[in-house]
Amino acid sequence: MEKFNVFASRLLPKEDYLCSGHRACQGCAEVLAMRLIHKALGRNTIVASATGCMEIISSPFPETAWNLPWMHVAFENAATVASGIESGYKALMRKGRIPQRKINFIAYGGDGATADIGLQWVSGAMERGHNMIYVCYDNEAYMNTGIQRSSSTPFGASTTTSPAGRESDGQATWKKNVTAIMAAHDIPYVATVNPSYPFDLFQKIRKAAAVDGPAYIHAYSCCPTGWRMRTDLAVQIGRLAVETAVAPLYEIENGKLRITQPIEKIRPVRDYLKIQGRFRHLKDTIIDDIETRLHQEYRALEARQAREQEEA
Amino acid sequence: MTKREAQPLRTGLHFMNGNEACAEGAIAAGCRFVAGYPITPSTEVVEHLARRFPRIGGMFIQMEDEIASSICFQGAVWAGHKAMTVTSGPGLSLMMEHIGFAAMTETPSVFINVQRAGPSTGLPTAAAQGDIMQVRWGSHGDYAIIALCPSSPQECFDLTIEAFNLAERYRCPTFLMMDETVGHMMGKVRIPDAADLTVEPRRNTTRAPGDYQPYATYDGSDVPEMTRAGDGHAIHVTGLTHNEKGYPDMSFAVHDALVRRLQRKVHTHTSELFRLEADGLDDADVVVVAFGITAGIAAYAVTQARALGRRVGLLRLITLWPFDEARIRTLTANARAVIVAEMNLGQVCLQVSRAVQGRIPVHHIGNPGGPVIEPEEILAAIEGAAT
Repeated sequence: MEKFNVFASRLLPKEDYLCSGHRACQGCAEVLAMRLIHKALGRNTIVASATGCMEIISSPFPETAWNLPWMHVAFENAATVASGIESGYKALMRKGRIPQRKINFIAYGGDGATADIGLQWVSGAMERGHNMIYVCYDNEAYMNTGIQRSSSTPFGASTTTSPAGRESDGQATWKKNVTAIMAAHDIPYVATVNPSYPFDLFQKIRKAAAVDGPAYIHAYSCCPTGWRMRTDLAVQIGRLAVETAVAPLYEIENGKLRITQPIEKIRPVRDYLKIQGRFRHLKDTIIDDIETRLHQEYRALEARQAREQEEA
Repeated sequence: MTKREAQPLRTGLHFMNGNEACAEGAIAAGCRFVAGYPITPSTEVVEHLARRFPRIGGMFIQMEDEIASSICFQGAVWAGHKAMTVTSGPGLSLMMEHIGFAAMTETPSVFINVQRAGPSTGLPTAAAQGDIMQVRWGSHGDYAIIALCPSSPQECFDLTIEAFNLAERYRCPTFLMMDETVGHMMGKVRIPDAADLTVEPRRNTTRAPGDYQPYATYDGSDVPEMTRAGDGHAIHVTGLTHNEKGYPDMSFAVHDALVRRLQRKVHTHTSELFRLEADGLDDADVVVVAFGITAGIAAYAVTQARALGRRVGLLRLITLWPFDEARIRTLTANARAVIVAEMNLGQVCLQVSRAVQGRIPVHHIGNPGGPVIEPEEILAAIEGAAT
């Protein structure tokens, strides 16, 4: 947190393909992640988008912010229509109807579109091996319809369909690990990203675009509106999420895991929880349970990394 | 406040929107299990239940999609609960397979559909009445359904209870066809004492195991008696064509008898199921047919037209399916024209046209969803039809 002011945007490309004028909420980290992703991908990109926050804030006229070919289908099927687009272009290139060139096919879905309604559709696209990138922007609930829980909502978070109260401590299940599910497809590249670490994000997207075959990117994206937090803490909370091991940054390249932002000493998770209204009902015992679990998960990542380095 | 919150039935006068009234109606009808998925403009129904259910022994599960929601609650029905799901257009489209399943397995099932403008994602936050034909015909094959259409928050409460009652009585998919405007409209809702509510229990069999077949009809009503898994009866539930024992039997004769009974058990009761309100039809030259949010607007237009000396009547449909063509024919027998006002491009209009059999012109006033129909549009149509 001490080195918080070193971000130098002049080191990134100037061109934007997701432009200003969209109607995202103040402090939205999703749209920041998306903008950085498209700086990394450049002009030769075709976008498929699921229904969700990013669709509704970036597409309706006159706030349309896309400077790229863009297609929205429904809630569950961004990966599937992107599969079709990719296959269609592949066929056209093979037949010589259009010149051979590198095109990035990218599909977006929120955590609901990825972890819930679209899981089998994303899985299908990863299994078929399309040369595409699927990005899940994970703000940990259905924010577009008004903050309903998803299977990616963290344990203990209060949402409108997992309300905390006398009978409930909020979300009763642990967050679904979609990154691990996608890695289990043995695709060439899987990574977690976070817009609070722009260079880490930039490099991972470049790698995802370069691999031959499907890549899955899980973008941690804070949502001040749904998380009940101050909008000016959006970038800072991304840092806290990494330093408290809530959302570790790592990549799995051809099955080998590497933690890209290693944590020397894990910060207390209270630092992360206490600035968000969705967790304010949590009792100390529950926070301790959350902390224990986060530490276990992070140790497991470290152990896997060490094991694979040893094997190599 | 918390004490009051814990009451299952919140008897008294309330100021609430249609979606909340629907949720309270479900609680009043004895529903204690809901599976759903967030979709505008229906989400308040499940949000309300997510807050209410934990304190009254109910359970709301947010599923991973509408396909899952529409079958999860049917599992709960077979476990002995009264249960329902809640959705809107795109979600309803995903539920079609399980609507057919509910019809085939005769699962007493309630689908709340808060209509929005389609097709596809359409206008998620705008009202429409465009799912009328879809709920009737959307799943493949022949079957029967019941659909009710509330015009006010009070009716959202009343008709949700009615939907549960009819689902139990006829064991078929039953739809509450709300729309975005009725769902979000605030109004006075009176919740009566439990003693003043009619709540039909499940038609559970009293027959002993060995003397009971789950799909046999014993009382001549065409509707079999139910049992729960675990009550001791052999029970086999399948969407395959099945015989009276419930076992898959793919003979054509069994299929023919089963599917005809699925339709007959509802359609022989069309005249009692088809509820409507008729106003000023005795001397009417022009009859306006409307339902849902459009009915209130049509009532205003009819009042205006009467003030101008036009002889106009209003037919407010409360039941949309099954559709009683003979009744519409009788009620319009003395009219010179019919106007159907609905927020679609001609769905109930088609039914009314079939009913009047070309005897008089049937005019359609509508839009594909979005803004509610203006009374001036209906008034102009009345003027046009009356002259």
